[in-house]
Amino acid sequence: MTSPNGGPVLQVKDLTVEYETERGMLRAADKVSFELWPGQRFGLVGESGSGKTTTALALMRLTQLPGRIVDGKVMLDGVDLMSLSENRMREMRLAQISYVPQGAMNSLNPVVKVGNQIANGFKDHIDNMGRSEISERIVEVLRSVGLDPAVSRMYPHELSGGMKQRVAIAIAVSLGPKVIIADEPTSALDVVVQREVMLTLRRLQEEIGAAVLIVGHDMGLMAQFASHVGVMYAGRLVEVGQVMDIFDDPFHPYTRALIASLPSTNRRHRLTGIPGLPPALLELPTGCSFNPRCESVMDVCMSVDPTFDQIRGGRWASCHLYDEAGAAK
Amino acid sequence: MSAILEADRLTRIFTRGLFNKVENVAVNEISLQINDDAPSITVIAGESGSGKTTLASMLLGFMRPTSGVIRYRDREIYSLKGRDWREFRRNVQPIFQDPFEVFNPVYRVDRILTQPAQLYNIAESEEEARELVEEALRQVGLRPAETLGRFPHQLSGGQRQRITVARAFLLKPKVIVADEPVSMIDASLRATVLESLRELKTELGISIIYITHDLTTAYQVGDTIYVLYRGSVVEAGNVESVVQSPSHPYTQLLMGSIPVPDPRVPWGENLAPITSGDEFEVSVDGCAFAPRCPHAFDRCEIDPPHYRLEDDRAVKCFLHEDHPVTGLESLMRAEDRSFIA
Repeated sequence: MTSPNGGPVLQVKDLTVEYETERGMLRAADKVSFELWPGQRFGLVGESGSGKTTTALALMRLTQLPGRIVDGKVMLDGVDLMSLSENRMREMRLAQISYVPQGAMNSLNPVVKVGNQIANGFKDHIDNMGRSEISERIVEVLRSVGLDPAVSRMYPHELSGGMKQRVAIAIAVSLGPKVIIADEPTSALDVVVQREVMLTLRRLQEEIGAAVLIVGHDMGLMAQFASHVGVMYAGRLVEVGQVMDIFDDPFHPYTRALIASLPSTNRRHRLTGIPGLPPALLELPTGCSFNPRCESVMDVCMSVDPTFDQIRGGRWASCHLYDEAGAAK
Repeated sequence: MSAILEADRLTRIFTRGLFNKVENVAVNEISLQINDDAPSITVIAGESGSGKTTLASMLLGFMRPTSGVIRYRDREIYSLKGRDWREFRRNVQPIFQDPFEVFNPVYRVDRILTQPAQLYNIAESEEEARELVEEALRQVGLRPAETLGRFPHQLSGGQRQRITVARAFLLKPKVIVADEPVSMIDASLRATVLESLRELKTELGISIIYITHDLTTAYQVGDTIYVLYRGSVVEAGNVESVVQSPSHPYTQLLMGSIPVPDPRVPWGENLAPITSGDEFEVSVDGCAFAPRCPHAFDRCEIDPPHYRLEDDRAVKCFLHEDHPVTGLESLMRAEDRSFIA
């Protein structure tokens, strides 16, 4: 399935989100730009505070005060989301672009039966849908995530964590959106359940031809689930590419360090974290934000902020090592 | 070899319902031993519901077992009084799973560090206490200036968790029981925290009971591993052999489910089709894993004993019944633990 105009289904350009704090203006997402094509699974990785959740929420226009989207364009299949009225935007959410929030299993309403929570989406977005049709659709979406239809008559507390997560995914896919945004969808789940839930999400996404933006910090999960990876650091996207390229030959020193810090199950070795700490967003270093922790730091990195450029086909990075546009390396 | 902390056939049963009592065996006859003279990292691995947190609570003296005994330096912990009890409490320290629940929201985070420092008199002066606190914070990768004086809500989950790890550093106990200490910390900092746990063992001689669902980190830091499933140890032994060649079908499922950070390795390529455990009721008498087990056969209707494999591993599965039956407590007795060296 391709998008009607044959291009990317989601285009994000210079998306910038600022938070007003007591100590000054803080830029949580800084000129984030990327594209999502139909069928792609794009993994947005980074440490906490790197801006990945901020970016995901901004795409849905769910940024809450004191945060504000100050700049940028988000085109969903040709529609400029930033220019829509709040009512029109509400119609887009769930139907066109859906969101599985962090700890989604705790986002279910504890006093409403699962079936009714799924039904809300149909009632809000589809006019004149009869009661029997709604019931049929509920059974259908529950089955699609591998749950017994009897679950629709249960309350969230009667379900295990994995089952609640499946319900959250069922809601997110129930209207066949073009884009599904999932923020750390399995961070609270056990490894066995995590695999089951992620494989379910992948199957559904392939069936409806949606693109998925998955937010997380687990590079292992990204390697297994994503087709493309975007790495965020201190509010910026610092590298984007296909998952194979990123793991085979990471461009940005931060990506390299992230991959090197992963524990292996083949070989016991001394664990090496990334030295230092992510910078406080209010006191970013001058030049490249990563320079205090970078192994390949050069003089230019201390004063000049690198731009986010295409290094070669389908691969972007913001790093002075590649200043000659791909000449280095 | 003497044991500093020993669990002998610990069982904990929770009951619910007033008239028709339903029993849930959270921990089933688990024995393990932490030696005084050879610091070690013992991994307790399992999913949620495996009983690992219940086991931790009992080892820390927070919850009494339904049956079985916990000994601290060869004395039953519930026979300890006054000074002896306080010594046990100081020397067996917890690191909890949820960094959001251990802090009192109305006090600055300093309190969680300075209070135990005063209680156990670890410093001569306030000045020295402050230095020790700052050093402990730096050990776990926190900047004291950005941490002290803050309220819990001003810190992220990862920062809070590192403060609780720092608290354990500060007291320099004999044993730390760490329940999922890194599950809420970013991957890049996980390595730092785990490496500092390992340093606690090698440099300060502190033994660690590392409770986790993550076999990857277990493999990196652990010496011995106990794999739990629904309250029972299904496989125990040297971490290298258990991870490299898991013998119990459940351990195989756990290992196969790990998302390997290599996009060329298919996720769970050697696993049987997904059977989710959610829908299954555990048969009362049989093997608890049988409903999800791809190898289940009629023998599994009774509960298997532990079989002892060649490498001194214990596996609770009839697939290995050609091996001698072993009791977990005898396998784990100090003089017998040649495989730990």
